[in-house]
Amino acid sequence: MQELLDLLEKDFTQSPEELSIMLNMPVAEITALIAKFESEQIIVKYQTIIDWEKAGVDKVTAVIEVKVTPEREVGFDAIAERIYRYPEVRSVYLMSGSYDLSVAVEGTNLREVADFVSTKLSTIHGVVSTTTNFMLKKYKYAGVIINDQEEEHRLVVSP
Amino acid sequence: MSWADRISPTVKSIPPSGIRRFFDIAAEMKGVISLGVGEPDFVTPWHIRESCIYGLNRGQTSYTSNAGLLELREEIAKSLYNDYQVTYAPRGELLVTVGVSEGLDLAMRALLSPGDEVLIPEPCYVSYKSCVILAGGVAVTVPTSMKNEFRITAQELEQFVTPRTKILLIGYPNNPTGAVMSRQNLTEIAEFATKHDLIVISDEIYAKLTYDGTHTCFSSLPDMMGRTIVLNGFSKAYAMTGWRIGYAAANPDFIAAMTKIHQYTMLSAPIMGQVAAIEALKRGEKDVEQMTAEYNQRRRLILNGFRQMGLDCFEPKGAFYLFPSIKQTGLTSLQFAEQLLQAEKVALVPGDAFGDSGEGFVRCSYATSTANIKEALIRIERFVKSIKNR
Repeated sequence: MQELLDLLEKDFTQSPEELSIMLNMPVAEITALIAKFESEQIIVKYQTIIDWEKAGVDKVTAVIEVKVTPEREVGFDAIAERIYRYPEVRSVYLMSGSYDLSVAVEGTNLREVADFVSTKLSTIHGVVSTTTNFMLKKYKYAGVIINDQEEEHRLVVSP
Repeated sequence: MSWADRISPTVKSIPPSGIRRFFDIAAEMKGVISLGVGEPDFVTPWHIRESCIYGLNRGQTSYTSNAGLLELREEIAKSLYNDYQVTYAPRGELLVTVGVSEGLDLAMRALLSPGDEVLIPEPCYVSYKSCVILAGGVAVTVPTSMKNEFRITAQELEQFVTPRTKILLIGYPNNPTGAVMSRQNLTEIAEFATKHDLIVISDEIYAKLTYDGTHTCFSSLPDMMGRTIVLNGFSKAYAMTGWRIGYAAANPDFIAAMTKIHQYTMLSAPIMGQVAAIEALKRGEKDVEQMTAEYNQRRRLILNGFRQMGLDCFEPKGAFYLFPSIKQTGLTSLQFAEQLLQAEKVALVPGDAFGDSGEGFVRCSYATSTANIKEALIRIERFVKSIKNR
């Protein structure tokens, strides 16, 4: 089961027929498992990794360290939800350490992101402070090296 | 008298590697998909590379002791015990070599007197016969067949054994066939070795790339510790081919003799590779598991592809090679490989490069991406169909 998920995480475009061969499992079983993973939200979503810089599309991302006051009964969850509902927010993590939430915000330019932080994020009830860190370059994302320079060095034929 | 006449007759008697000839044609072409590569497509895991860089930063650039860094020998001893429950003393029973290739050369030179015979099941790795000949021995090849999934049996060996036979040289999991030997199969070979009092050299470089059951180290068989030289290394399992680090494990007398040659010809294996090998043994097990799992997926993919084309192919259970028969195409191995390269730009290795009994087969390495394998299968199928329609 984990092997199937590993393969799908790496490349979800592989057909059930191919997966069936590689994992030595019947096609029907693969299809059933995938359906089960989807319905149980084990597979949350299928997405593509795009190098937007190469595509010529300007995007600015900031990682914001947010300190909050947790609320009785719901802890950090309620405030986290108020933050992650914004479409500008790309990811939210609850952290251990010197701040509580790590929030990634994406916009088309610096002003847009700064505006979001000052007018939306920092004004949410319970947000105590924010520290905004702008991302300068993306080297690796979701386990994938964005611009991998490592080349094939092997000979065409070798013993 | 030309300079060529000054070359030693022994060296002149050895044919150049059959792979080399084919390489020259393939290397010239553009857009070739290669199933002809006998090394992992993975780059050495980063933590292993990084440990070498760290060593260089600290100035680890010297010779090591002839036998290799003690820490590395200790790690090798530990891994041999953990994997196969065989006990070798880091001092005296282990020698770090420049790949299995050097280990093989040392073993042959340390053991052979002129005219001594070495039994070699075939198809086999390209250097086996040459190493024997260069050491003054006589290579006696024993053909194996697809019918028996390219395993060797005592019965077959019996037909070739003579009073001059001194060594049996085996390599399982096998390059080029992908064949493996079960513990039961090997026990039979061990009895044969005892009966004829042979030394067994067991090249186990692909040991960790075993997909069905577990690998049996030859010296772990009853009473085989003394008469066996186990050769192994880091190239295949840890994707470390270019580092050139291998090792020999044997009784103290054999290791002392091999070390004597090693100290005068090689001095020591490169320290950079040895440092990296320590890291590989200490923290590389997870990498091996991941790579093996991926090879296994590709193995099933490529086997299925060839069977769908209607080519005869036994299921290889080790290494990263498929060895399909191309006899029904009516072409020789070399013709098949050359015509496929010209017509469809897919490189693979003609089976006869690995000995006469490899004729009628081709070696396809699946140490390449699944995308490459899928595209290669499409091209090969088109080629095979075009032959049938001729």
